[in-house]
Amino acid sequence: MPLLDVRDLSVVFQRKGTRPVRAVDGVSFTVEPGQTVGLVGESGCGKSVTSLAIMGLLPRRGNKVTGEVRFDETDLLKLRPQDLRDWRGRDIGMIFQDPLSSLNPVIPLGLQVAEVLERHQGRTRKAALKQARDLLDAVGIPDPDRRLDEFPHQLSGGMRQRALIAIALACKPRLLIADEPTTALDVTIQAQILTLLKELVDDSGTALVMITHDLGVVAGLCDTVNVLYAGKVVERAYRHQLFAEPRHPYTHGLLQSVPRLDVDRGERLHQIRGSVSDNIPWSEGCAFAPRCDRVIDDCIGETVPLEPTFRGGALRCTNPVPQEVPA
Amino acid sequence: MLRVISRRLVQLAVTLLALTTLVFFWLRSLPGGPVDALLGERATPQTRELLTRALGYDQPIWVQYGKFLQNVVTGNFGNSIRTGEPVTEVIGRAFPATVELAVAAIIIAIGLGVPLGYLAARHRGRVLDNATIIVTLVGISIPIFFLGYLLKDWLTQGVHVFPPSGRISTGLDNTDVTGFFVLDGLLTRELDASADALWHLVLPAVTLATIPLAIIIRITRASVLDVLDEDYIRTADAKGLRSPTIRKRHVLRNALLPVVTIIGLQTGALLAGAVLTEKVYNWGGLGTLITDSISGSRDYPVLQALILLAAVVFIVVNLVVDLSYAVIDPRVRVR
Amino acid sequence: MTRALSDVKRRRIDELIAHTSDAGGVSLLRDAGRRLVRNPTAIVGAAIIVLFLIIAIFAPLVAPHDPVQRFPELTQNLTVDTIPGAQAGHPLGSDPLGRDFASRMIYGARQTLFVGVLATLIGLLAGVLLGAVAGAVGGWVDAVVMRLTDVMLALPSLLLAITLVALARESSQWTVIVAVAIVNVPIFARLLRGSMLAQRESDHVLAARALGVKQRHIVSRHMLPNSLTAVIVQATLTFAVAILDAAALSFLGLGDPDINRAEWGLMLGVDGVRYFEVRPELAYYPALAIILVALGFTLLGESIREALDPKNRR
Repeated sequence: MPLLDVRDLSVVFQRKGTRPVRAVDGVSFTVEPGQTVGLVGESGCGKSVTSLAIMGLLPRRGNKVTGEVRFDETDLLKLRPQDLRDWRGRDIGMIFQDPLSSLNPVIPLGLQVAEVLERHQGRTRKAALKQARDLLDAVGIPDPDRRLDEFPHQLSGGMRQRALIAIALACKPRLLIADEPTTALDVTIQAQILTLLKELVDDSGTALVMITHDLGVVAGLCDTVNVLYAGKVVERAYRHQLFAEPRHPYTHGLLQSVPRLDVDRGERLHQIRGSVSDNIPWSEGCAFAPRCDRVIDDCIGETVPLEPTFRGGALRCTNPVPQEVPA
Repeated sequence: MLRVISRRLVQLAVTLLALTTLVFFWLRSLPGGPVDALLGERATPQTRELLTRALGYDQPIWVQYGKFLQNVVTGNFGNSIRTGEPVTEVIGRAFPATVELAVAAIIIAIGLGVPLGYLAARHRGRVLDNATIIVTLVGISIPIFFLGYLLKDWLTQGVHVFPPSGRISTGLDNTDVTGFFVLDGLLTRELDASADALWHLVLPAVTLATIPLAIIIRITRASVLDVLDEDYIRTADAKGLRSPTIRKRHVLRNALLPVVTIIGLQTGALLAGAVLTEKVYNWGGLGTLITDSISGSRDYPVLQALILLAAVVFIVVNLVVDLSYAVIDPRVRVR
Repeated sequence: MTRALSDVKRRRIDELIAHTSDAGGVSLLRDAGRRLVRNPTAIVGAAIIVLFLIIAIFAPLVAPHDPVQRFPELTQNLTVDTIPGAQAGHPLGSDPLGRDFASRMIYGARQTLFVGVLATLIGLLAGVLLGAVAGAVGGWVDAVVMRLTDVMLALPSLLLAITLVALARESSQWTVIVAVAIVNVPIFARLLRGSMLAQRESDHVLAARALGVKQRHIVSRHMLPNSLTAVIVQATLTFAVAILDAAALSFLGLGDPDINRAEWGLMLGVDGVRYFEVRPELAYYPALAIILVALGFTLLGESIREALDPKNRR
């Protein structure tokens, strides 16, 4: 039984006087306990909105969320907002892209960690702060005693992200959602943070949903990968499968456009032509069709369904990249 | 922190020096100079010369300027032309009345403004919010002396809810200790005097509070809306904190930062509003003093001292604001 | 590739793309303009201003009488404590000198517009000039301008205006206009300088500099136009404050001494207040007019600011 079962999740943004925008369009995926699942795609594909919708963190006004988000058999979307607060932070933790703006600038770090423990574990302030110290220590922040009284601006970017991780994991949640946790960091720090995340997740058996545009992150971390394009899952596969034999032309293009050391320098890097603004609506065919190298007549006309593949994945394509070895 | 204070004090000194210099040369550029200003144009040449010598105006300008600065530093502003009393005495007498009025006004403005602005933000787009926006817009568009007359007309004429003018009822024999009548009554246990003074204070304070109140509401509302959009509020939500905790701990403190700045600016501006309010209610404070010294023949010594006083108050208030900023915002504290 | 894309389908794709994507590359300004005309607040503000402008421009056609003429049918009924109210030919009755109040209100739009526009414009031009020089030149020029504005801002605005008028040789309509204008100079100067400084470090100016564009052209073509939007917003808001300040000066006896001048601030601050207990309408009408016009400019100014704000939240 999956820990998280997202079924047909859709998010439509509607602002006064503008055309509604379907940011997430019927996304389904599952996360097993302890598993690491990647949501991959370029910016604007709906991956961050998906994560915010799961957490119930989208602004209350101007959007409509439909579908089901089953966490441990409970549909989170059906909970009253105040009841969902009992789950957040306790059962599901989340870390965000920009660690500086995600920490409150006027509250000491210690309290920002401790308040989760006070809230969900009924700790006193003193006990919570003591535990916060240990948590900061556990995520590798040096001199944690001193850091308790410091403010976010006094910390380095990497340390801030470690602090956010400490906050998200404070109550030992069963699921952690990480939304581009390394994008705002220096490349040298990125690897440290990812290693830390992997260690913590492996040690505690926490399931992880990793949201990223960086295939390198996926390669190092994820068990299963969902590739999103224009609000829909276009391909799902086990990590090795995906890297070895991408079937969707978009996934294929993404992998081709990663610079590699083992390719001749003279060879030009592949690029996917056009941009997201060239998309056509999913109701009229495949949204990726105008940018696709393998586009055929069948791609236009009606919605392309997501169909299971032989290897336990799924694919939404009428003319997929051929497999090298016939199955 | 000390460096901030000392830098601001230096800035205060420089500003005051520049201001006094401007006032000094301006007064001397008037036709006939300050002597004419003092005597009027019909004085005989003899009187004129006597006064010129007595005031040292026959000396070179830089000597005069040096002397003028020396006087300013020692607090010697000369005598009022109107009453002949020392300027410091005239101002000292009027000062408590205005402070009492301004304090009452700022208490009203902050006490109502911050909660109302906060409520409007929380109920954004709903009736309460829209009503607040409209009222505050009218509040900053209304000439406040007109508002004063309106309130006076409604609440003192037919129904006699409040007294129409003055700081205290004429028959009341109150003991003057500090010059702050409400406080005096409490100090001397003349509670009826305190109550009476407070009663007189209501309408002028409301009138004076109108503009700062409207502005504080608007700034608070905008600031709370800004903070609600911040990433760290989303983090607080992701932690599953309860709404009251988020509001008190995460929203309010951050939202107050810009509000504090505005409160400082508005406190300084109260002095300008007091000129109008005091005239409407015949209050007898610094504002009345300004009005009196500009009507008819101009009482330059008083006026000059008042201008400098206003500048000092304004700058000191904003210094206090900057310091309180450091208490609320750790990012400033460290620097 | 065997199963290539047919022309029919290709055209269908182009059609869909054209249909889906909003006219790409809409400029920021046009976008702001679109937000503005959709905003009811802006429309209300603009409507008030347009109405006010029409009355001001066509005052001689709209007004029933000459605003300075004294009418016998009005003067003969004037006493210490009666001022004639509405009657045939005089819809709003008389003013304290037996003149037609309605006509004075209508001509008042003209004078109020005159005072407000000139006070704003003079303050704007002087402030923008100072700010632009300070921002563009920097160094000691900047320091001097900034200290000067410090001094001016050390006094609350109305108090500065009072001081300026009080120190003037004699009062006239111009002392009021100039005093109110001077009060606004430091505000415009700081606004422009701040915006120019911010832009000096911005990417588009750095890019222009890197391309070897002359300093003069960078200031006039890249920096000033961007700073001016903020100035326009401020000017709209300043107009409201200017007519309120002018009214306050009149109330303090520092206004225009010309008894024939029909200007709302003057009408409210002098006669309106003096005869408040005799005939409060003399205060109500000019006060209402001032509130409406101030409101109109404030609404429009705030809407423009809102429309230009890329965050566009409030």
